[in-house]
Amino acid sequence: MRSPLLALAISLAFAQAAQAAAPAAPATAGAQSRIEALEARIQALEANAEAMRQQAEAATLALEATRAEMEAMKSFALAGAQSTASADAGEATPAAAPESANGNAFNPAITLILNGSYSGHSLDPDAYQRSGFPLVGEGAPSARGFSLGESELAMSANIDDKFYGQLTLAIGSEDGETELGIEEAFVDATALPGGMALRLGRFFSNIGYLNSHHAHTDKFFDRPLPYQAFLGNQYGDDGVQLRWVAPTELFIEVGAELFRGQNYPSGGAANSGAGVRTLFAHAGGDVGTESEWLAGVSVLDSRSEGSEDGFVGDNRLYIADATWKWAPGGNFKDGGVTVRGEYFLDDRDGDFVDPEDSSISQAWKGTRRGAYVEGVYRINRNWETGYRYDRLWADNDGPLASDFDPVRHSVMLSWLNSEFSLVRLQYSHDRPNPDDTDNAITLQYQMNLGAHGAHKF
Amino acid sequence: MKALLATATLALALSTSPAHAKLRAFACEPEWGSLLKELGGDQIDIDVATSALQDVHQIEAKPSLIAKVRRADLTVCSGADLEIGWLPQLVRQSGNRKIAGGDGAFFAASQVATLQKPTQLDRAAGDVHPQGNPHVQMDPYRLLAVAKALAARLAKLDPANAAVYQQRLAAFSTRWTAATKRWEAKAAPLKGRNIVVHHDSWIYLTQWLGMKQIGALEPKPGVPPTSGHLAALVQTTKASNTLAIVRGAYQDAKASEWLSSRTGVPAISLPFTVGGDATSKDLFGMFDSTLDKLLGAAK
Repeated sequence: MRSPLLALAISLAFAQAAQAAAPAAPATAGAQSRIEALEARIQALEANAEAMRQQAEAATLALEATRAEMEAMKSFALAGAQSTASADAGEATPAAAPESANGNAFNPAITLILNGSYSGHSLDPDAYQRSGFPLVGEGAPSARGFSLGESELAMSANIDDKFYGQLTLAIGSEDGETELGIEEAFVDATALPGGMALRLGRFFSNIGYLNSHHAHTDKFFDRPLPYQAFLGNQYGDDGVQLRWVAPTELFIEVGAELFRGQNYPSGGAANSGAGVRTLFAHAGGDVGTESEWLAGVSVLDSRSEGSEDGFVGDNRLYIADATWKWAPGGNFKDGGVTVRGEYFLDDRDGDFVDPEDSSISQAWKGTRRGAYVEGVYRINRNWETGYRYDRLWADNDGPLASDFDPVRHSVMLSWLNSEFSLVRLQYSHDRPNPDDTDNAITLQYQMNLGAHGAHKF
Repeated sequence: MKALLATATLALALSTSPAHAKLRAFACEPEWGSLLKELGGDQIDIDVATSALQDVHQIEAKPSLIAKVRRADLTVCSGADLEIGWLPQLVRQSGNRKIAGGDGAFFAASQVATLQKPTQLDRAAGDVHPQGNPHVQMDPYRLLAVAKALAARLAKLDPANAAVYQQRLAAFSTRWTAATKRWEAKAAPLKGRNIVVHHDSWIYLTQWLGMKQIGALEPKPGVPPTSGHLAALVQTTKASNTLAIVRGAYQDAKASEWLSSRTGVPAISLPFTVGGDATSKDLFGMFDSTLDKLLGAAK
């Protein structure tokens, strides 16, 4: 693009020089010096042209690439720090930055998770009963046969210099009906001072370890029993979260949340629509270059006016979680071991009101517990395998009293073609009640399309 | 208990006190940590997130890194999406607004023209980087351009020490330019030679030295190669008078050694970043070692 312009400039310069030279046959000193000056200028321009030739070539290529990129990137616009970075490209960047006149450049980052599975159960999932723990939320076993499971569509972007927003839609099917649900829809205030972060909207609580993680980052097909029994798989609700990270060498994070209290383990949005309060603290760090750990304690305090399991009253759930990872050379994608465990204590003080018939009620006071421990071995970049043991301890008296404690063993093997695709085979041996055993085998795929996700530890 | 509380309060007060605190920088990769050291000397506290033996495409947003980002006044990273799998997560989780964008976030690849911008974005081609190849540290000219931009950024964030940064940049620039001339003279025998690489991360080096990359063990970034591809690669490597099979220090030796055993072409491990081998103690050592190893293969 520069070359024709340059040629024009040079030919103009020559024409001028010729004009200046022709009538000045007596060769005045002034004209001579002018010619010299012009010659010098031409030389400088030529040198400049030579220097710029390569750059221009690169720039044209980059420009073309950018255009193609803009087309292809309609749904790819990058979120977070990276996009601010390209805006910040500044002085030395040739061609790339200013080409974003395309209206789609500001579209949020879109990630689509496609998920599907085939499950075989030796026990009919409709006949499945868990002693001492009614099935709540999404905590029931998967359906027999082919299933779409839960596919997810997430969009996220910086809103402006002070806010970040994210929406996650979950697409699932239940009894042949396709359901679209808002899994998360929140706004983060990113400009608070001193390491504070504020979140507003609908989101998964930061209690425990797995709760704030989306299911597609899990190492097993289903959530551990304590998550199914005490949180209906995962607790998310409408509310507000304030979180603070300490400016210390050791990672320390503390936070509190206030939720509406619509979803299990709460219900009925008690306390004028602020029925659930939580507190959480996490700490973590490295041990040498090959090991890292994260541990936390959390408490969820709920006032329920009728939750899915028929509970009315005050409920307090304590969770302790610990994760330890080891990988040779700190290359976690190429090998290593992850061990994780969480312990749950559920303390109820209220009444049981039968959800089917509210005239039946009795006092419900007592504690139940649950725990799981899992170990995952990353064989290499493409394979990983793991074992999980999870169990529950039922209450000895009260409306859900049981002498039997449900227990389950699971093993899985995953094949990861790239970081965007995964196929998993899982077998589990589940003893939900003293009379039944469920042997389940599941083959699952999970695909990640679109913007490159950045996952939590 | 009281004493503990008092200590904790004191520790907090000390660590949050902004008065004449040193600039604290978080370098995603060792080469940028080393550059910060050249430009800032003792004026900057530097945390380096990764080691030369780690694959920086695949780092986890682990707690210790969140803690480091939380305390940083500046992050210095390669950019061009190299760290997209972990850096945005660290920034968001740290709640540190200083480095969430603007002057507190410095990306090397944004300071120079990148190569290998894909004309077509398709994950069928692997984990491609839409903004071009991010491994710009392997070209001394680009590295100098990054150094200039970084010194200016340091001066902007820490005006009290602006003179120090400018002075150190001038000194670095002189030494670097001299070293570059020395390297270029030394590398003359490498011009026009062919190499096979493990991962597509050497384009800036090969372009600088006038070398040619004729194949890659991992042709699609982040996706394992097919056996058909490997068979073809053995043929190409044999037929092209190939100088060496090159891998970065963080990459598993197995694949390149396999190809070496099939073709008789030497497999060599280049430092790729500071700390990648015993000689690569700083950026100068990194280039010294890189050239020595390539020239060693040429003998």
